[in-house]
Amino acid sequence: MTDQAMKSDATTGLTTIHTSGAARDRLKKRYRSEAIFKALGLGAILLAVGFLVLLLSSVVIKGVPAFTYNFVSIPFDTATLDPDNLPKADYDAVVRDAIRAQFPEVTSRNDRKLLGGLLSSGAPVILRDQVLKNPGDLGKPEAFSVPISDFADLYLKGQISPSSNEQGGVAARVSTQGETVTLSVTDPRFASILGFIETRLKAEGAAARARLAGAIGSREQTSANLKALTDRLAAGPSAEDRLWMEADVERLSTSLAAVEAQITELETSAATLEQRAASAADGETLTVGDPSMLIYADAAVIKVGALTPTSATGTFIHAFEGTPPSEITQWRIRMIDVPETSRKFSDTEMVWTDTLVERGYVTSALNWLFLTRGASREPEMAGIWGAVVGSVLTLSVTLAFAFPIGVAAAIYLEEFAPKNRWTMLIEVNINNLAAVPSIVFGLLGLAVLLNFFGLDRSAPYVGGLVLGLMTLPTIIIASRVALRAVPPSIREAALGIGASHIQTVFHHVLPLAMPGVLTGTIIGMARALGETAPLLMIGMVAFVVDIPGGFASPSTVLPVQIFMWADFPEPAFEQRTSAGILVLLAFLIAMNALAVILRKRFERRW
Amino acid sequence: MTQFLLFLVVFAVGAAGLFVFGRQRALAVSGGSIEALHSNPAYHGGFAAISALMPAAFVYIAWSSVAKSVGDWFVQSQLGAAFESVPLAERATLLRNARAMAETGTAGSTPVEQSAVGLFAQFNSVSTLLLLAVMAVLVAAGLAYAMRAISPRWRARQFVERTIMVFLIAASVVAIVTTLGIVLSLIFESLRFFEKVPVLSFLFGLHWSPQSAFEGAGAAASNRNAEIFGAIPVFTGTLLITFIAIAVAAPIGLMSAIYLSDYASPRVRAVAKPLLEILAGIPTVVYGFFAALTVAPFFRQSGGLLGLGVSSESALAAGLVMGVMIIPFVSSLSDDVINAVPQSLRDGSAGLGATKSETIRLVVIPAALPGIVSAMMLAISRAIGETMIVVMAAGLAANLTANPLDAVTTVTVQIVSLLVGDQEFDSAKTLAAFALGLVLFIVTLILNVIALQVIRKYQEQYD
Repeated sequence: MTDQAMKSDATTGLTTIHTSGAARDRLKKRYRSEAIFKALGLGAILLAVGFLVLLLSSVVIKGVPAFTYNFVSIPFDTATLDPDNLPKADYDAVVRDAIRAQFPEVTSRNDRKLLGGLLSSGAPVILRDQVLKNPGDLGKPEAFSVPISDFADLYLKGQISPSSNEQGGVAARVSTQGETVTLSVTDPRFASILGFIETRLKAEGAAARARLAGAIGSREQTSANLKALTDRLAAGPSAEDRLWMEADVERLSTSLAAVEAQITELETSAATLEQRAASAADGETLTVGDPSMLIYADAAVIKVGALTPTSATGTFIHAFEGTPPSEITQWRIRMIDVPETSRKFSDTEMVWTDTLVERGYVTSALNWLFLTRGASREPEMAGIWGAVVGSVLTLSVTLAFAFPIGVAAAIYLEEFAPKNRWTMLIEVNINNLAAVPSIVFGLLGLAVLLNFFGLDRSAPYVGGLVLGLMTLPTIIIASRVALRAVPPSIREAALGIGASHIQTVFHHVLPLAMPGVLTGTIIGMARALGETAPLLMIGMVAFVVDIPGGFASPSTVLPVQIFMWADFPEPAFEQRTSAGILVLLAFLIAMNALAVILRKRFERRW
Repeated sequence: MTQFLLFLVVFAVGAAGLFVFGRQRALAVSGGSIEALHSNPAYHGGFAAISALMPAAFVYIAWSSVAKSVGDWFVQSQLGAAFESVPLAERATLLRNARAMAETGTAGSTPVEQSAVGLFAQFNSVSTLLLLAVMAVLVAAGLAYAMRAISPRWRARQFVERTIMVFLIAASVVAIVTTLGIVLSLIFESLRFFEKVPVLSFLFGLHWSPQSAFEGAGAAASNRNAEIFGAIPVFTGTLLITFIAIAVAAPIGLMSAIYLSDYASPRVRAVAKPLLEILAGIPTVVYGFFAALTVAPFFRQSGGLLGLGVSSESALAAGLVMGVMIIPFVSSLSDDVINAVPQSLRDGSAGLGATKSETIRLVVIPAALPGIVSAMMLAISRAIGETMIVVMAAGLAANLTANPLDAVTTVTVQIVSLLVGDQEFDSAKTLAAFALGLVLFIVTLILNVIALQVIRKYQEQYD
């Protein structure tokens, strides 16, 4: 659009092809699509960064609580231990007696077992370690502290179940009859709670119906498969095929029967739930499948088992002190939303744990168990240190193998190799090797290192070699780039004053290229540190309790430990897994930061 | 292993000692004047160390790599008939146990084992003595040669430099040897698998359930295995997850590359690029954990709200997270190729009155298309070979389905599940993992070779 055209447009009102209304619309459309395109680009970046933030924040939120743990320092009667034979004394008994002394009213066998489980099963070991470390503290009642059980720890961190408190508000009459106790009020105080339970029952009934539909679908599928196979069997297959077909028919029949049983069970439970929901407003018997309702009054804690709008009947978890009062005015209701069957920490254990906290025996402290111990089946006794040591051992082998060979190969290819078919082949090969899936290196390690050369399974030196082979192309490529960046004038000057070719490279070119080489190496090592798949192939998934002692002792590495923990069913391991990831990320950040510093400080631009 | 470390220490100390010795010797023969020597004294030191230690080290390494096989062979041939009477399946275990016992000095439990332990102990002591003797002779001979050779006119530098050259060449061959090792081991094990299962029924069979493999011989096993080692469901599962991943990564990666290269201010670029690189640096096991414990349950719950039956190991969750993982891969490769398009093309387009987005869509992208396609091929190859995300978030059941809400399995998941844990190395199950590995290797290799070729051609074109 020229000035002329614009002028004529403005002054004479003439329209040309460039200034017509259609043209203006076209231009507007073009600018709009320009804006949309730009927004799409920005959106793509924001989306990617959003994923990053989501990923990291979910790991951090889950992982940070695992760095603290709740320890219990109830009075341990360590004076009874034989001071001459401390390593072999009976610490189990000391721990057991100490926790029982806190709750003398607990007498039944089952309850005592439950009470014993309130402390970590590793508590005696920890107590022993502390006693052996400070024998002078023997007999002092509160000198020792042991970890609480993993579920109690989760409970104290608020991760077992949401729970809510509300004041009773009105006066309630108390009548006890043996173990059971009934609170009666005049107005329908409990109607709102019954309403809540009714909603829940309805939802559960609907969920059971949905599962039922799924089960019916899988029944149809299974019976169709069975029919197809029976037809094939009837068609008269060869004798060999008949063998396995019959086995399959049997297997399918079994699973069909299992599905049938499941369907019946689901039908019953759905019907029960719906029936209960229908009559919930008048009163309800609370089972272990419902949310728990506890009533706190004075020192007493009542677990409610039956509820009507005006009365609550239940059993004591804690009895009243002395004779029960006939009427209470100060009381509160506590609802625990997750039913007892869906958590592994019962109401009784919650109340006990609360009691220990009230008595001031529980302290939250840095989780040194996690930072110093090896693997364990008990989440509270499981630590990351074994994996850290395994990673360090493995990576030192990787470095010792891949760095010299990688740099040497890069020097040869960049400085000495003639340009011919052979060196072309090596180059293409290295580039492709860098893109080979890492799991293939695991297969190589399994077939060649373990089965052909007979090296040890699970050993860091084998893992280090496999990772070294995997990292080699990265180091070679990075080193070649760094060597290429050194200007020819350096080489010419060195050659000019009489250095030999090798002297030129090793005395002048390589030192100047070293920052780049090291940066590439560190990045390769960081990749190797996060690598899991090839190590699974060569048996580094072994469950190793001890901290590995050398290059040949069975061990695991950080990412494999994370992978193993992610598979464990205990909820406390989910925290451990996230915390392990945080430790791994910390190492990676440190390594990458080192690489950045090297690049910024020492890399020269020519 | 301790023996190897001991060897390393002795070797290092010996090398240092010999180096000092050679240097002193050179100075001695030249009467203390460096000018009289052809090479610097340090080269003489290096020469002494190399000529004395290198042959012995070679012998040591060569012997260590074959010692086990030779030992087994020796014990087997000495045991003779007694060994023949041991069942085939137990022979390897017998040898392994006996070897371990001979090293720790415990006695065997059965007569055969006892004699095997004795033979191993005998073999170990004799072979160690012999090895030490040979190495001692070699060191002595090398040292004698060095003593005689060191003189003012001796070209020690050339000797040392030739040795260094040999080492450099050997190092660059390691990569070739690695590739050869991969190819040979995969082919070799796969051939053994294809003896048990016909190639065609492996490649085109529709039913995959290796857990019910029939371990036996004869026609029954072969018929049965032909029915259960059909890898098509595994391949389609891999393709489904890869497709989802690329559907996520390609648009996001490409658009971020375009934005970063043509729109972003230097400040935005300086922040956004490292952030994307962080995404690339996160270990895959972390993505797997995220997929399995955050994304998959989220999809399952929201699917439940919408009335869709989403499997807890849905292909969608694994594919989405894998897509996020390869975003930075796509974006940095595309960034490179987009930046390689000459500025003159952009200027020409702008001169004709095109807007920036028109320039990009109609000029830059078509010019960069070969490079972008190769970037996508590399991304596909990366997604196919990715292991941990799918191992943790995708299922084991080989369902033949295209529904992204169902659970599917992939090649890498199957390899891991077949090989983790103690396995009989000769079973069809274990060998199947190598056959899958071979397919994986071939497919990714083809994708990589083509993509790398195209990228190189393309870069040459604009250089």
